[in-house]
Amino acid sequence: MHRNLSGRVARIAAGLLAGVALIAAPALQAAEEKAAEGHESHGVDWQGWKAGNQINDATSLQRGASNFMNYCAGCHSLKYMRYERMAKDLRIGDEQLRKNLLPAGAKTTDYILASFPKAEAEAWFGRQPPDLSLITRSKGSDYVFQFLKGFYLDETKATKTDNLALPGAAMPAVLSDLEGVKRVVFGHGESAHGGKNVERFDEVQAGSMTPAQYDVFVRDTVNFLQYVGEPSQVDRVSIGIWVLLFLAVFTGFAWMLKKEYWKDVH
Amino acid sequence: MAGDHDKLPARPGFMGWLNKRLPVDAFLKDHLTDYYAPKNFNFWYFFGSLALLVLVMQLLTGIFLTMHYKVGEMTAFDSVEYIMREVPYGWLLRYLHSTGASAFFIVVYLHMFRAFLYGSYKQPRELLWLFGMVIYLALMAEAFMGYVLPWGNMSFWGAQVIVNLFGTIPVVGPGLVEWIRGDYGIADATLNRFFSLHVVAVPLVLLLLVTLHLVALHEVGSNNPDGVEIKGKKGANGKPLDGIPFHPYYTLKDIVGVGVFLMLFCVVVFFVPTFGGIFLEHANFDMANPMSTPDHIAPVWYFTPFYAILRAVPDQQLGALAMALSLVCLVLVPWLDRSPVKSTRYRGWIWKTALALFVISFIGLGYIGLKAPSPLFTLMGRVFSVMYFAFFVLMPWYTKIDPVKPVPERVTYEKH
Amino acid sequence: MSDHSGAAPHGSPETTGAVDESRRSFLTFATAATGAIGAAFGAVPFIASWSPSERARALGAPIEVDVTKIDPGQMVTLTWRKQAIYVVHRTPEMVAKLAGHDGDLKDPGSASSEQPDYAKNAARAAKDQFLVVIGNCTHLGCLPKTRFEPNQPELGTDWPGGFFCPCHGSKFDMAGRVFNGSPASVNLRIPPYSFSNDSTLVIGKDDVAQGAA
Repeated sequence: MHRNLSGRVARIAAGLLAGVALIAAPALQAAEEKAAEGHESHGVDWQGWKAGNQINDATSLQRGASNFMNYCAGCHSLKYMRYERMAKDLRIGDEQLRKNLLPAGAKTTDYILASFPKAEAEAWFGRQPPDLSLITRSKGSDYVFQFLKGFYLDETKATKTDNLALPGAAMPAVLSDLEGVKRVVFGHGESAHGGKNVERFDEVQAGSMTPAQYDVFVRDTVNFLQYVGEPSQVDRVSIGIWVLLFLAVFTGFAWMLKKEYWKDVH
Repeated sequence: MAGDHDKLPARPGFMGWLNKRLPVDAFLKDHLTDYYAPKNFNFWYFFGSLALLVLVMQLLTGIFLTMHYKVGEMTAFDSVEYIMREVPYGWLLRYLHSTGASAFFIVVYLHMFRAFLYGSYKQPRELLWLFGMVIYLALMAEAFMGYVLPWGNMSFWGAQVIVNLFGTIPVVGPGLVEWIRGDYGIADATLNRFFSLHVVAVPLVLLLLVTLHLVALHEVGSNNPDGVEIKGKKGANGKPLDGIPFHPYYTLKDIVGVGVFLMLFCVVVFFVPTFGGIFLEHANFDMANPMSTPDHIAPVWYFTPFYAILRAVPDQQLGALAMALSLVCLVLVPWLDRSPVKSTRYRGWIWKTALALFVISFIGLGYIGLKAPSPLFTLMGRVFSVMYFAFFVLMPWYTKIDPVKPVPERVTYEKH
Repeated sequence: MSDHSGAAPHGSPETTGAVDESRRSFLTFATAATGAIGAAFGAVPFIASWSPSERARALGAPIEVDVTKIDPGQMVTLTWRKQAIYVVHRTPEMVAKLAGHDGDLKDPGSASSEQPDYAKNAARAAKDQFLVVIGNCTHLGCLPKTRFEPNQPELGTDWPGGFFCPCHGSKFDMAGRVFNGSPASVNLRIPPYSFSNDSTLVIGKDDVAQGAA
């Protein structure tokens, strides 16, 4: 009986391990990628920059929401997101929402739409600034992180800047007051990831933030955008844990019941 | 079987009343408590019941998604985001359905592999296999049209590529493509008809086919890992000596399988619903845009083996033909396999090698189909395609010369 | 399962040794009970998905009306939560007349009618001069017409002014109270509302100072 029980436990544990392995697989893959990036250390591995944001860090999300409203919302919409829902999910109080985040004339139940008229946007940038509701889902959080850190001085361009992550970007470097202005010294050929090979950055003008502060600023903003991409993601994970625990109990009973009946079979 | 009904004891009360009008007890007896299945089923025999489970889950979640989805090129994408954000638990319904699509194919591929492993398509189960194959084809149509509905950019370009495949058919091709689309490009009309087919027509066909598959199965009885017909050895009571009633033994065993399956399934649904861009592709979070093809376009993983065969052939028409033939080969297997033995357990090294190479080629093709074309992948794709077809084309020959082992009289079963 | 919690079924291989019946029935119960709980929880997302969505809830948020734009004796019609809301600026004469016909009403004190506590009074209002009612007739949901002028020929010489439903002829007074002889049996319903300042009426939000409904 005891031996039988331990065998049973071992098998259940093996099943659970398989589940854990499934969860761990993407993480392992990410670690592998990181290791692969390590080997090549000539220049700046800008494509290896990871957002490293924590989706359940409420204060980071609140800062990110504020960053977005102050620096991005003028041109970029979040057309699937309402102010009130954002405030509720990010635990921002009604008063704080109205005072700090809600544009003049907007209602809390409105969707977060850019105030910039479409025709004017097209005249300025040649295209309408894209809606960012799903940017982290289609391009990934790391991409947005690299994009927001990827602006550099290029006098040949109309905007006087270009972007490493999106060459020829129509968007000007609106965050240069915070980040400062940098020039890129390109190396030969392509980087290990097939993009531009950056040898080093030369600072042209310092920003109001230190590089570390700017990283936090960008990380918070990316974190907020990742939340906007899938507002239910925090709930999803917390419900999932309970579902799995429940299924483990159910499967345990079912397994014992099956073993009991199969004693009949010789 | 039908003749056994009179042996059932008459029941009092409501069930007695009901049984006189509807053969409830007789049906349960015929198909569960008195349906004898071989007692030596192993791991590979979970996937039939799991496929049925996934079918039911897809129907349920699909019905509820249809309540919130708005078909139409201007509304479809927004309504999916509406489901993801605004409908209470809409995100869960959607992820259950999208993960369910992939789970369906995983389960069905394992179910089909089981048939190869134990010769379950061989006489007298050829028709069972044919019904299964038609289910598989209907499932591919269902999955393809379902993938178009979110109207993301991969939906659009996937539809573009797949529908254009019909254009390679000589003479009627171009007209056929226009007829399927109902417009000069993939458009609102295409989306609308795919929606109708996806939520009404194909599910009805699938339900009918699954019923036929099960009726045919219960008529001939299940095969088993030894490939021995249990009906050949009956006891004094007229029941197969190596058979056990499906209920309670296999119902209880299948419930355990369901539990384990749901755990793995829920790990994906709740923790990695896009599965790293394999179950839900990143580019599909951009709305359909006829002016911009995604950088890298590949079908969803379950179609990639056939897509890789298509790409391996340098000629457009021949490529489409090869892809169609790769499916025809599967259909013909019961008549290609000439081995006197069903189960791989008692077959020789030639069959085992061939089956292993086939699995390698299928998985290899699936992997290559996911990747952007490159000279190495093209070469590998061609090698694997040749392996794939060789498995079928040479089957009548190598199954004949394969040194088989003697098959036991009775199934082998070791009490756990 | 319950049919077979016991001996091995007919025709199955012969059993050796006694079957532990109590263990079987316990495990059968445990598995079935856990499965039933799981099915119940599994049904939750499906059932919940029919509830008003976040968007419907947002659209059903309180609405604001500038009551200074409504002249005395006039009415505006608004939509709140897919229902017609009548806001009437009653003249002092209209308010004064309300007390004169209690005997003709089915529910003069609004005892069995639906309204917030702060509107369960003679004028059926938080502020006497403003009547806020859900327009849909309590009989079968049509929208009653305004008949504010007294003594209308088809409504009788003693008609004090009020609402008349064209569908089935229900009559209501200037406080939305139903007259005897109407098919409707209760007064027009009053939604929660409040005044955020002297000029702004908020429909859908209770007046906390005056006590919630």
